[in-house]
Amino acid sequence: MSAKIITITSGKGGVGKTTATANLGAALASQGYRVVCIDADIGLRNLDVVMGLENRIVYDLVDVVEGRCKLRQAMIRDKRIENLYLIPAAQTRDKTSVSPQDMVRICEELREEFDWVVIDSPAGIERGFRNAIAPADIIIIITNPEISAVRDADRIIGLVEAEEKDPGRLIVNRVKPEMVRRGDMLATEDILDVLGIDLIGVVPEDDAIIVSTNQGIPAVLDEKSSAGKAYRNIALRLDGQDVPFDDLADKDGFFGRISRMVKSGGDT
Amino acid sequence: MSFFQKMGLTSPKSARSAKDRLQLVLIHDRAGLSPGKLEALKDDIIRVLSRHIDIDTEAVNISLTDDRDQQRLVADIPLAPINKRRR
Repeated sequence: MSAKIITITSGKGGVGKTTATANLGAALASQGYRVVCIDADIGLRNLDVVMGLENRIVYDLVDVVEGRCKLRQAMIRDKRIENLYLIPAAQTRDKTSVSPQDMVRICEELREEFDWVVIDSPAGIERGFRNAIAPADIIIIITNPEISAVRDADRIIGLVEAEEKDPGRLIVNRVKPEMVRRGDMLATEDILDVLGIDLIGVVPEDDAIIVSTNQGIPAVLDEKSSAGKAYRNIALRLDGQDVPFDDLADKDGFFGRISRMVKSGGDT
Repeated sequence: MSFFQKMGLTSPKSARSAKDRLQLVLIHDRAGLSPGKLEALKDDIIRVLSRHIDIDTEAVNISLTDDRDQQRLVADIPLAPINKRRR
């Protein structure tokens, strides 16, 4: 067994890195893979609450790095999903407690036991970000359809290239299809055009994400959640399956064409 | 463009201006050259060139372009009209 290591990163804060990590981890584990999620946001631990595992933390990533526990002891088993584990961040330390070499060493050890390692990167472009991308085989850059988030994603793409990693693949998160159709939100194709990287998923804005975070249950377990479905599709694409992209954010998609025909009196 | 836009009844959509602004800001970000620095560069270029040749300083245009693989500094430097040149 040799795991693939995915890092979820964005530059800008608040675009959905932690939610994406929790959901992709849960979706891959639901497919039957052995998955471990790592919270690399030392000092601002949050993946534990999003996954609903905050009450079970004994040891954390910094304890592993500093030799206070074995790697296995810091892995928390998920309550609901078999084969899903979390290695939490330390809350009372800072980013410099871990080095990129530490992350590479820990992930090499995890490769033997797992199919996927999913790393939640902190916001920013400093040490925490460098720690998070150091061991990555696949980098997923997540953005929102807003100028500020896309600009930061572009910066991240440049830094990833400078590290001689593959350019990464893009998730566009929190898309409101109706606003895209009205021309008041950047369409996914516009963002891809500007950034020049490949798409791996488009996640619609979905109230179910707030509910699922409130409860500490990933939205991928909610059959009715549109965001959950989008994350299940991304997990399938990571697994090498060819899942067509929904047209929800595509301004030239079926519904977009219909609404534009109506708007322009049939003249598209 | 919708019927109403063609008729000039609505303003351009905000997503369009978002994309335009984004493209412009990224050109500067990627080059590591802010609009202010580009302006200073233009002044320096004008100063150096003027030592050698009379140029139409008002019409000088220095811009960055970005076609993803290759970034360019493009300079359009018109010479001063012949009758206004120093001899």
